[in-house]
Amino acid sequence: MRHSVIFMLVVIALIGSGCSKIEPWVKPYERDRLADPIMSFSRDPVSSSYLHHVYQAREAARGAEGGQGGGCGCN
Amino acid sequence: MVLKAAKVVDVAVTRTARHCLAVGLLLLNTVCQAAILPEDRADAMYHSYDGGGIEITGPSILVRKQIGDSFSVYGTHYVDTISSASIDVIATASPYAEERTENSIGVDYLRDKVTMSLAYTNSEENDFHAKSLHLGVSQEIFGGMTTVSLGYSRGWDDVGTLGNPETFDTDRHNYRLGLSQVLTKDLIMEIGLETITDEGERLNNPYRQVRYLTSATTFDFQDEVYPNTRTSNAVSLRAKYFLPYRAALHGEYRWFDDTWGITAQNFEIGYTQPLKDNWTFDVKVRSYKQNEADFYSDLFPFQDAQNFLARDKEMSSFSTLTVGAGVSYEFGKGNLGFIDKGSLNFSINHIEFEYDNFRDVTAGGTPGSEPLYRFDADVVQFFISLWY
Repeated sequence: MRHSVIFMLVVIALIGSGCSKIEPWVKPYERDRLADPIMSFSRDPVSSSYLHHVYQAREAARGAEGGQGGGCGCN
Repeated sequence: MVLKAAKVVDVAVTRTARHCLAVGLLLLNTVCQAAILPEDRADAMYHSYDGGGIEITGPSILVRKQIGDSFSVYGTHYVDTISSASIDVIATASPYAEERTENSIGVDYLRDKVTMSLAYTNSEENDFHAKSLHLGVSQEIFGGMTTVSLGYSRGWDDVGTLGNPETFDTDRHNYRLGLSQVLTKDLIMEIGLETITDEGERLNNPYRQVRYLTSATTFDFQDEVYPNTRTSNAVSLRAKYFLPYRAALHGEYRWFDDTWGITAQNFEIGYTQPLKDNWTFDVKVRSYKQNEADFYSDLFPFQDAQNFLARDKEMSSFSTLTVGAGVSYEFGKGNLGFIDKGSLNFSINHIEFEYDNFRDVTAGGTPGSEPLYRFDADVVQFFISLWY
């Protein structure tokens, strides 16, 4: 029991100290590559939505096809 | 660093990238700190699907325009012109032709780092009408490294059969959760979760039938019977990696299951290579595999053999393999008047469908020992895009 309490306290201390130090590690000025259009998950929405439609009509799986964001993290 | 960034982004040239760069230059090293609206663009596409006795062609149009600083509105128009002599049609009915038209309107509203979306879609066929409403909200957090998005859609389908005035309603709810995370200067990742629930008396294709044995050497057909509800879950993980010589590698995995006993997985890997200032080439491979629904059988032992009956090949156990390639040519940068630039795009995807428990009844032979069905399909897209 005592060991468990110590273990929990150590874990909490580690998490606490870790969280306080986490900062965005890729600075905005370092995101030029991520902003390149070839890095977009859906470069041409008209094309990707058509292909999703082709697959959805012929496969039982559906959903989580993406398009929620991506690119440079700026849209 | 800033000069290098400016050079790379200038070659990349999209409005997204230029917005990011402009903001960065203005705010000194704060590229992409604020969320932005999607680019103003118009796309006009011709699409074609040809495989398994089915040909589907038609246009797809998307137009998007920003209004003021906070709103972006868009509209889409999509048509499938279908000519079908598929194995399902050959086995139990007659070849047919029909058309499906889908129109959508939507608006995105940006306020600081939050984007709110609203869209409405209407789809019309001679025996099928569908309306859906989509709501979404996404927010950038953690210095723009993380984007969290939530989405909800509500769909109302009206399913009928030709020659029969009776129609059946289907209600659909979609719940989406997305997380986009910048991991390194070269790597971005996206996680998606989606749960979909359907409720209705005709969740099956009303023209599909199941077959059952009438003797050791003969069989007959009867209507499919599906449960009135279906709930599915899908989880996807995508990653995109920037290669040092300006190319991109992407990978995708999705896992799926539903209350009908189907589980499915798909993997995709792709590569994008720009060449000189105007050309971009894409290649990809996608693999998909699913098992069959609990109530699926290629051949039931007798009529009304169980409560629920399916022989729709999309409910069977099968796998597909897609190999795709595309090319894009960019033109008119800065010399087309109010148009910033344009691109011509062509892509082809070849898909192989291999069924594990769906037999080709048109081949003849003893019921249950016909050859397993398989077919190939070619999916062609040709489109022009304009940014303004």
